[in-house]
Amino acid sequence: MPENELVEGLGLDEYQYGFVDEETHVFRTRPGLDEDIVREISEHKDEPEWMLEFRLKALKIYESKPMPTWGGDLSHLEATLDEIYFYVKPQEQMERSWDDVPDTIKNTFERLGIPEAEQKLLSGVGAQYESEMVYHSLKEEWSSKGVIFDSIEDGLKNHPDLFREHFATIIPAADNKFAALNSAVWSGGSFLYIPKGVQLDTPLQAYFRVNQERMGQFERTLIILDEGAQAHYIEGCTAPVYSTDSFHSGVIEIVLKKDSRFRYTTIQNWSNNMYNLVTQRAVVNENATMEWLDGNLGSKLTMKYPSCYLVGEGAHGEIMSIAYASDGQHQDTGGKVVHVAPNTTSSITSKSISKGTGRSSYRGLCKVYEGAYNARSNVECDALLINSTSRTDTYPYIEIEGKRATIGHEATVSKIGDTQLFYLMSRGLTKEEAMSLIVRGFIEPIAKQLPLEYAVELNRLIELEMEGSVG
Amino acid sequence: MSDTPILTITGLRAKVADEDLEILTGLDLEIRPGEVHTIMGPNGSGKSTLAKVLAGHPEYEVTEGEIVFKGQSILEMEPNERALAGMFLAFQYPTEIPGVSIANFLRTALQARLEDGEEVDLFDFQDELMDRMKLLDMDPSFAERPVNDGFSGGEKKRNEILQMAVLRPSLALMDETDSGLDIDALQIVANGVNTLREENPEMAILLITHYQRMLNYIKPDAVHVMVGGRIVRSGGPEVALELEEQGYADWKEKEEEQEEVVTA
Repeated sequence: MPENELVEGLGLDEYQYGFVDEETHVFRTRPGLDEDIVREISEHKDEPEWMLEFRLKALKIYESKPMPTWGGDLSHLEATLDEIYFYVKPQEQMERSWDDVPDTIKNTFERLGIPEAEQKLLSGVGAQYESEMVYHSLKEEWSSKGVIFDSIEDGLKNHPDLFREHFATIIPAADNKFAALNSAVWSGGSFLYIPKGVQLDTPLQAYFRVNQERMGQFERTLIILDEGAQAHYIEGCTAPVYSTDSFHSGVIEIVLKKDSRFRYTTIQNWSNNMYNLVTQRAVVNENATMEWLDGNLGSKLTMKYPSCYLVGEGAHGEIMSIAYASDGQHQDTGGKVVHVAPNTTSSITSKSISKGTGRSSYRGLCKVYEGAYNARSNVECDALLINSTSRTDTYPYIEIEGKRATIGHEATVSKIGDTQLFYLMSRGLTKEEAMSLIVRGFIEPIAKQLPLEYAVELNRLIELEMEGSVG
Repeated sequence: MSDTPILTITGLRAKVADEDLEILTGLDLEIRPGEVHTIMGPNGSGKSTLAKVLAGHPEYEVTEGEIVFKGQSILEMEPNERALAGMFLAFQYPTEIPGVSIANFLRTALQARLEDGEEVDLFDFQDELMDRMKLLDMDPSFAERPVNDGFSGGEKKRNEILQMAVLRPSLALMDETDSGLDIDALQIVANGVNTLREENPEMAILLITHYQRMLNYIKPDAVHVMVGGRIVRSGGPEVALELEEQGYADWKEKEEEQEEVVTA
């Protein structure tokens, strides 16, 4: 049996979220993008003048920047962008009671296990459908302590000073072409503020769904952790399968003040017609710890490198990523750690699996600035190839200016071999079971980091048992 | 003991799958339930190949002959089907499976032996595993270590016998299990194997070894000498003692003579 057929048994290729809802939008812009469309979006959001100006300026930056050529294949993207809807408004207003969400949308999220999870294990939930957050809730326990968990639009409206103090300061519009695009047309996403010393004991979850064909989703998230605060935020993404391409480009900005701790978990499972180009970055102050846990399973092309800017002494940044690239998919992922302050530490652990004609690339940067005395960083990236047609590449960039830096880098590529398969089969496992066990073992160091309850998607996909149940 | 053989090999010829290199050159062997057969022979005589061919390694291709296990030809069976039929190969060089704990691995292997819809009872399994590890004098923490990953040579061999103890085969192929074991570990492993034989007197063993010392602990019913891909002499335990003294020189000469005769 060819190995290609064998891995079908892993269930990795059975996309279960491809169903389509009837279109229910109350408004959408015409396809394509120009200044009028940006004005229209801003108008619909009833924004302050400064935001419209910010958007228009960003549009100019976007138009002036060339399409990047250093990563995945974006040669067809320009044509795609001429045809997609940049803004689709699914309902008149965001709801705070689940019952008030329109039935079609409600059914969709219920099929995806939201808000089932909320009742049990979450501090708060946000759900975005097309371009807008359709639902947001936060447990009373936390709102009474001053936690703000809202749509980004309400963040701007209700907390204008806090918003403006941080918005676009971590990822300015000019950062890259797609950050500029997001800055021009952003819509939806979360605004999260955790006050001094408040530590959330259960995660917050945001769910992103694209239903409309030829849709562009541009969520913008701003997260601020005050001194000593702690929280964990999880985002999941899915979309129906269409023959045409869709586009998702988010910008996630995070500020961690002194002694705070934050984990941002992504389980990205877009359908295989989605371009997923995301910029996410955290600024980590004194003795704070930022952790990115990044799972990229879906999309046609993902380019995404979560970053930590370690600007305060003793700051720690950690990036763990799993990428799975099947036929026709390219996962160009990795991470960036930038050491600015002394005694800062970081680690990047990346695991990728490529199957069929799938390609995964690790792209990472470790930069140590001159003032970052005694910085320590460790990078480990492992790639697993399932077929001889599968591909993996590693692009590690290391730039050291600081004195006494300790940098480790280790990369491995392995292929599921006949020897391993025979060993497991000689114990009674079928080839599929053997393959699945090897894959699970390979991603185990990262998979075990996922909270069991929220790993629904990874679970369903890789039929993962998170832990050895014995012992 | 039953008189019906558990394993009958007749006229077995096998070669490396992608090459024209024949390794087994017409091998006959018969093992009955409960019997221990030892195969000894110089390096390169095809002992390990025989074990792999029996277990169904895709690297080898059977070109002639027959292997009947429990009354059924297994030539067309996948390695896992042979395992489920009761065959077990203790590897000479066990493979590393990073990230998969021994407990998880063995539970999956036991699960493979159940009907659809049946589940391994986790508590029973845990008890069984701990019991089997005790038998082999293994620390309980061993169960959570990734399969063979970072193991010493001795630990790998012991792990093979642990799997055998949990999976309870009716025919165990032990490929140089004794090499790489110090004398204490050898005794523990041999005692473990003997306990398994007491638990299941029907279990047959094909023991491949270079050394007589293993046979001090696991008494063979028959000793076969393998040279050039076939069995050239069979007898009782005394054959092993003879070999220990004289080595294989005689057999190799005879083999060469024979080849000369054939070519002449």
